[in-house]
Amino acid sequence: MTLRVVKPGLLSTVQDHGRHGLQHLGIVPCGAMDPVAHALANALVGNDPEEATLELTVIGPELQFGQDALIALCGAEFAATLDKRALLRDRPVLVRAGSRLVCGRAERGSRAYLAVAGGLALEPVLGSRSTYLPARFGGLEGRALRAGDALPLARDSAQLARERYARLGKGAVQRDGYDTVRWSAPSLTLPDHQPIVVHAMEGRHFGRFGAGAQRAFFDAVWRVAPESNRMGFRLGGPSLAADKAGELLSGPTCLGTVQVPANGAPIALMADHQTTGGYPKIGEIATADVPRLAQLAPGGTLRFARCTLEDALELGRAARARLDSALRAISWGYGG
Amino acid sequence: MSNAAPRPLGVLPLGDAAAYVEFSESLDLEVNAVVQRLAAALRARDLPWVRDVVPALGGVALHFDPAHPQLPAAPLEAAAAAVEACLAKGLPAARGVGRAIEVPACYDPELALDLHAVAERLKLAPEEVARRHAAPEYHVLMMGFAPGLPHLGGLDPKLELPRRAEPRLVVPPGSIAIAGLQAVVYPYAIPGGWNVLARTPLTLFDARRDPPSLFAPGDRVRFVPISRAQFERARK
Repeated sequence: MTLRVVKPGLLSTVQDHGRHGLQHLGIVPCGAMDPVAHALANALVGNDPEEATLELTVIGPELQFGQDALIALCGAEFAATLDKRALLRDRPVLVRAGSRLVCGRAERGSRAYLAVAGGLALEPVLGSRSTYLPARFGGLEGRALRAGDALPLARDSAQLARERYARLGKGAVQRDGYDTVRWSAPSLTLPDHQPIVVHAMEGRHFGRFGAGAQRAFFDAVWRVAPESNRMGFRLGGPSLAADKAGELLSGPTCLGTVQVPANGAPIALMADHQTTGGYPKIGEIATADVPRLAQLAPGGTLRFARCTLEDALELGRAARARLDSALRAISWGYGG
Repeated sequence: MSNAAPRPLGVLPLGDAAAYVEFSESLDLEVNAVVQRLAAALRARDLPWVRDVVPALGGVALHFDPAHPQLPAAPLEAAAAAVEACLAKGLPAARGVGRAIEVPACYDPELALDLHAVAERLKLAPEEVARRHAAPEYHVLMMGFAPGLPHLGGLDPKLELPRRAEPRLVVPPGSIAIAGLQAVVYPYAIPGGWNVLARTPLTLFDARRDPPSLFAPGDRVRFVPISRAQFERARK
C-alpha cells in the first residue's frame, strides 16, 4: 500500500502536529508550517488530528497511487491535476488505483497539505512523524521525498477510502470523471492581498533598539527573502541593528520570535526553529498569524501591526473558533 | 534561611504561547542552579496546558499548548502563579536534579582541532590546557542550538577566550569545545565557531534511542581523558 513518488517537487516532507515536550533537550517542535491547512486536510479524509500529511512547498510532487485512496489537498492553491483533470481543492476526492496526481506549482500561497485516509504509515520518532531535516530524523528517513520513493499508506487505506466516501452520502458527486463532494472546506490561511498584515508584540529586547529601528519594524513593508526555509523567514527591508547590542545571554525562543542578528536583517522563527538563541528579539508574532505568514512564498510581502498580549490571545481564540467551526462542518459532511 | 532561593526578576511574555521566568541577564552558575530546581518543580506540577518546561542559562521558559481546552484565559498570570506556588512550597534540592555523567575525552591534537591555537593564545602548554579543561565538574546549564547539544558551565576562567574568528562549516560530532566561560559538545556534524579542545567517542544524540539525548539540563559532567587508541576502540 504505497504512494509512489514519480517527481519529488521542491521540498515535500512528512509533517504532523509537531514534536512537543522535548525542547529542554534542544529538540525542535517541527510540524506543519501551516497547521490549520494540515488540520483541515486530515479532517476532510476523516483522519484523526494526529495523522501525518505531506507538506508540499511551492512546486509540488508527482505521485502515483498503488491502490484506491481518499485524499484531500488544502492550503496553498496548487495547479494540481488528477489524471490530467484539474483537481478540486479543499474537499475529499476518491482516487482510483493507478491514478496519477500532478501537484504542479503554487499559484497562491506556498504550502499545501495532502492528506490520505488512514494516514501515512510511518513510525513516529519521539512522538511525532514530523520530518526534522537538519538532524535527519522523523518522517521518511528524516529527509524530503525523492523520485522513486514509496510512501507507505495504511494497510487498509483502500477499504477506508471506500467506507469513508460512502459516509459522505448525499454530498457525493462525480466531477470530471472522479468522485468528490458538492461542498468544500474554507481556506483559512491563504494570504490575501500583499503586504499581508501580521500582528506582533514587542519582543523582550525591543527596548535595546533605537527609536528609528523600533518605528521601522512596525512601519516597513518586509519581503520574505529567498534564503528563507522551515527554520526561519529572513526578512528584507530597512536595517534594524540594535543600539545596545552587547553580549546577550542565549535564551529560549518560540515559534514566531523575530530576532535580529548583527547584520540588522530580522529573522522570523518558523516551525523548525532552534529552541534557544542569542540574538536580540525585537518582536513576537501572534501565534494565530503564523500560519498565514507561512503561506508567503519568497518575494511575498508583509507588514507588522503592533498588538498587545491580550490582542494576540484574542486573535488566537478567534482563529481557533474559525477552525473548529470548519472542522464541525466537515464532520457534518460525514454524517455528523 | 540558607536555602532560600533567589526571587525571579519577573515572569515575562515570550509571545502569546510562552512565559519566561527571568532570574538573571548574565551568566551566574548559582542562579542557574536555582533555574534547574525551579524547572524540576514546574515539571513535577505537570500542568496539562504546559507543553514544555525549558531551563535556560538565566531563566525558565514555559511553552503553552495554545489549543489546549484547559488553557487559562490569562496564561501568563497562571504561569506566574505556578511559579509562586513552586517557590512557596520550596524547591527540590540541587543534588536531586540531574545525574552525574562521565564523558571520555581524547585530547589528541588530530582530534582537538584548536588545542594548539588555544594553548598559544593563552601562553600555556597544550597539556596544561587539557589538564585544566578536564579538571572541573561542569553543569549542564541549558540544552540548545541543536538537539542534544549541552551548554556547560564551570570552565576554568584561565581558559576564557572568544569564539574563533572563522566559524567552521562542519564541526565533527563529539567535538568538545569552549568559548567564553562555557563548554559545549557537538552532537552531530554542524557548523560552529567554538574552540575544539577534545573529542568524545560517545553518541550524544540518537532520535531512536531512549533517552535520545545523553545530556539533560542540570546534569553534572566530568571529562575523563582517554588515549587515541581508547578513542578509536570506543568508536567501533
